[in-house]
Amino acid sequence: MNNHSVRLRAKRKTVNILMLSLTAVATLLVIAPLLWILGYVIRQGLPAITPQFFTKLPTPVGVAGGGILNSLLGSLMTVGLGLAIAAPIGVLTGLYAATHPDAPLGVFVRFGTDVIAGVPSIVMGIFAYTLIVLPQRHFSAFSGGVVLAFIMLPIIIRTTDEMIRLVPASLREASLSLGAAEWKTTFSVILPAALNGVITGAMLAIARAAGEAAPMLFTAFGNPFLNINFNQPVATLPHTIFVYAISPYNDWHAKAWATALVLITLVLLLNVLARLIIWWRTRLLGSIRG
Amino acid sequence: MIKSQPLSSHPSLARVRRFIQHGDRFYQLLLIVAALSVLVLVLAIGNELWRNSALSRHAFGWKFLITSTWDPALNNIFGALPFILGTLVTSIIALIVAIPLGVGTAIFLAELAPDWLRTPLGFLVELLAAVPSVVFGLWGLFAFIPVFVRPTSDLLNKTLGFISLFQGPVFGPSRLAAGLLLAVMVFPTITAVSRDVLRAIPNNQREAALALGATRWEAILQVILPYGASGLLGAIILGLGRALGETIAVTMVIGNNLDLSASLLHPGYTMASVIANEFTEATFDLYLNALIEIGLILFITTLLINLLARLLIWRVSRRVKGEVRL
Repeated sequence: MNNHSVRLRAKRKTVNILMLSLTAVATLLVIAPLLWILGYVIRQGLPAITPQFFTKLPTPVGVAGGGILNSLLGSLMTVGLGLAIAAPIGVLTGLYAATHPDAPLGVFVRFGTDVIAGVPSIVMGIFAYTLIVLPQRHFSAFSGGVVLAFIMLPIIIRTTDEMIRLVPASLREASLSLGAAEWKTTFSVILPAALNGVITGAMLAIARAAGEAAPMLFTAFGNPFLNINFNQPVATLPHTIFVYAISPYNDWHAKAWATALVLITLVLLLNVLARLIIWWRTRLLGSIRG
Repeated sequence: MIKSQPLSSHPSLARVRRFIQHGDRFYQLLLIVAALSVLVLVLAIGNELWRNSALSRHAFGWKFLITSTWDPALNNIFGALPFILGTLVTSIIALIVAIPLGVGTAIFLAELAPDWLRTPLGFLVELLAAVPSVVFGLWGLFAFIPVFVRPTSDLLNKTLGFISLFQGPVFGPSRLAAGLLLAVMVFPTITAVSRDVLRAIPNNQREAALALGATRWEAILQVILPYGASGLLGAIILGLGRALGETIAVTMVIGNNLDLSASLLHPGYTMASVIANEFTEATFDLYLNALIEIGLILFITTLLINLLARLLIWRVSRRVKGEVRL
């Protein structure tokens, strides 16, 4: 081998090692913000977390104590309403997409779901505003719940679709050959077999919806008082974080961090649990089918 | 219900059978109605935004997109150009940072990482996607800007300040801050989709390149990446869609200022953040209609962008499936 090709080979090897290491560095840089965010939220938020923080209403600036009971309740109401609207429609739509994968409407549903998932949540907020708030002439927990339903819908459809398709076809065929009707097969064989998966979809949807602040600005609107009337405005956790964060007061910033800690704990726990279920099911059902 | 009918001619059996058949018809109808909800939702959003922006559309026409006067206080003249430009500039900054890092991470996860590392790292990337936007904003405002964006801005201003993009004075909340925060927020989108695209590429492509004597990097650069190019482009466009519509985090770090200078280090405004900031303050109909028209522009843009991204990603997965079957 002459000198030139030896040098070329050394150069190719160096470039190889350099670029491969750079991809590892990129991975570190992508992961780093997550660890930074988690560490920072815990450090800033933990000192303000006391039992009263969950059971008291907000206090004015400068008054010690106070909590986020109103936001917790408001988030529960809006997310609960959103789930109650989106879950039945989403599961049925997911069922359709999974059982008619090649029908034109089935293809459209899958495609349309992906597209809806990309619509910015602030646009969904405007939609709910013109649909509900404008005719009613007042902000309400109800309109907030409806926005969250739109945001949850694509997540529930997609997970249901994927999880139903993981159910072995032999289960469905066995039920049909025993003489059960299509709907009976679906509701007493296929859905129970995919139930964990469908619940997972709902969990991911809840996690996503619980963190939405933007559309809440002009639907649920926020409310410093305790309210359980769906016709009245309510505060929600992410909206409260936003309001506290952009205020000029240090003790409100501290409350923003504590509320963020509550929210992020909730959201990440739901996500971790959901991913574990999906991972476990995909392996289990994959091995049955394979 | 049908387990023990002794006689096939039993009258109740016919009833049961009829009920079950009707049940099936009803069930199919129910599924179709639900499935149509997706279509109805898209059309309804478009329709509502279109109807409720009529005043502004009639008053300003296409000029709305290219004029930069936003004056709700005195003259009631509205032009969306500063917001459109702000959205474009922050999204471009985000992509410039996120493409190399996101695709690099995808390469590491799909091609290089051993199994025991791949799953937990992929998991962390997915958790980053789950962090609520408002938490990104809070972190951006109180940690990311003072610790990272401010010093970076100062450095850029000192070394490249003669370019109008980096002219001073340096602010904390700025277009650069919003762009960099958006980059962090689109990492997971670009990374996760690119990783899935790369993993869908059949192994014989890798093996052929390596057998011809390519190094791992040469195989990736000259064979794998071109093979998955349209899927990777789809991943990037999907990230762009996320960046364009991101609202609350951007509103918290961009400074919300109608500053028309070219400097990235100055505060700015985006389409989504002007809606978030001024929607509840829109005291008269024309003002509200102008904001809703900005929402309409955002809706149409993200719709087209997502359509394009999904088509690109679908093309790759279809082609790959076809080849696997061979």
